[in-house]
Parts: sequence; C-alpha cells; structure tokens
Amino acid sequence: MAAKFQPGDRVRVRVGSPPGHFRTPAYIQGKSGVIEALHGAFANPESLALGGDGRPSQFLYQVRFEQTHLWPRYPNSLQDKLLIDIYEHWLESA
Amino acid sequence: MDQHDQSHAHDRHAPIQGSTEDTYYEQRTWAIQALLVEKGIVTAEEIRRQIETVEARTPADGAKVIARAWVDPAFKARLLRDAKSAVAELGYDSGEAPVLVALENTPKVHNVVVCTLCSCYPRALLGLPPDWYKSLNYRSRVVVDPRSVLKEFGLELEPDVEVRVYDSSADMRYLVIPERPAGTEHLSEAELADLVTRDSMIGVTNARAPEPYSGRKAAAPA
Repeated sequence: MAAKFQPGDRVRVRVGSPPGHFRTPAYIQGKSGVIEALHGAFANPESLALGGDGRPSQFLYQVRFEQTHLWPRYPNSLQDKLLIDIYEHWLESA
Repeated sequence: MDQHDQSHAHDRHAPIQGSTEDTYYEQRTWAIQALLVEKGIVTAEEIRRQIETVEARTPADGAKVIARAWVDPAFKARLLRDAKSAVAELGYDSGEAPVLVALENTPKVHNVVVCTLCSCYPRALLGLPPDWYKSLNYRSRVVVDPRSVLKEFGLELEPDVEVRVYDSSADMRYLVIPERPAGTEHLSEAELADLVTRDSMIGVTNARAPEPYSGRKAAAPA
C-alpha cells in the first residue's frame, strides 16, 4: 500500500485516547503541521503493546510544527520548530 | 547520589523520585524476570550479561562517529542520509531501534532531542541516558520552552537561530551532530572526539572548545 502523505503535505493530528498504549502525545493532538519526511512502514505499537503482531504496519512520518502554533505564549519572532514522529492512522489532511 | 545529598538535589534537572523502595514497575519487572527464568525462556546469566553490555556502552562511541563526520564530508553525507548504515561502517551497532537519524547543527539551526513519552535515546552509541533526560521536568519543559532550558544548560542561542526540538516518541533514535568548534583545524580525529560530549550529542549544549594555546600560534594557512 502506498503512503497517504508526501513531504510538504499539510496534516492535522487526530484527537483521541484509545484504550491501551499509543504514542501520540496529547500536546500534539489536534495540531496542524507539515510532513517533513516519510520514515517508512513500521509495526503498529498500539498492537505490539497488547501482545499483537503489529499488523497492519503503519507508515510513520516526521511531522514539523511551528512552535508558535503549539504554544500561544511562544514568542512570535522565532522560527523554532517541533518535530515528532507520527503514525499514519493518527494523521488527516489539513 | 546518596541519601544525604537528597536535600540539595532539588535543582531543575533532579530526578523526580529518589525512593529506595522498589516502585510498582520495578516489582513488576522483577516478577516478570523471575517468571521468564522459571519457564526457561531466558537464563539469569543471559539477563545479567545483557545488562552488563548495555551499561558498558558510553558516549565515546558516539563521539568517534561525530569526529569522523567532522573530518570526512563524504561520511557525514552518508551519516545524514542513513545513520544506521554509516555507523555500521565504523563497526558500531546502533542498537535495537529500526532507524537512527543524525541531525546536523549549523550556525543557523540548533537541534535538541527529547522523548516526551519515556526515555527513547540512542543507548548503543551514547550509553544510558542521564537522569535529567528522563525527568518530567526536562521532558515537558524542553518542548514548551526550549530556549530557556538550553540557557539553564549554559547555551544561549541568538534569536535568528532556528531551534528544532525532536520528540523521539516512535521508532527513530536521534543523534545530534554538534558544530565543529572553531580553531580545531590542527586536531587529529581522536583529539576531536574528545571535544564531543554526551550532552552535545543530545543537543543541550555545543561541543567543547579546544584547550587554548599557551603562546603557541596556529600555523599560517599555506
């Protein structure tokens, strides 16, 4: 299966707290960013944590966010970024 | 640190707990270990040996990788493209994580690494993470206010430098390539590696400056 997003695409992180284990921190949920890189497909940690086989594997992206978008009090003059790796099923087009 | 130091330990990067009793998770770990041994899945000796191996790793390996990148532009290019393969060229195993990513600091970009979810860290190249790396304090604050945290580490960055915080919360492990300090043209690769500290490869500081000359001048450029 092909990756849904490409570097440069704008995405939004889904909001949710499924039971069990997930690796999408709350601070990034609901935020919009840009795909910086596609890392490849990896076993789904939410399945692995419950003793599953991690399949279907998920594409994993490095997503770039403006710090001023994440934190209202971040000084506007700064170009600082936050980069985090997010699995595809947590992303939607923005 | 011993118990007597605890009262002095409330600095900003102190671990958040210092109890001598096993925590719930420690007890659970011991229980699972005992079961694995009892069922013959692993032996106590295998566990001991693995702990010994993990604890024997030091940042010296990472430092050698960085020094090579400083002296060999082609190696640095390979390191930036596929760090796991590049460090394997030097005979290092980058560990259990599927992907190792090298991040290059430049005069205009400063990278710093955190794992907000736990303590993901390139242990194979840097050894065990420092306590502060695992502290709630560092993990939360470096994301929200990285410049203040870096300042507490002694690194004040100009406003025109872009700070890039990498939250390594998935299958990637991140290794920062600090900038090569000025005035190091005459140093050997081994001497350069001495300037690369653990903290500079996490990105909370720069590589060490070389010892100043005592009256000895660098050779004039040819």
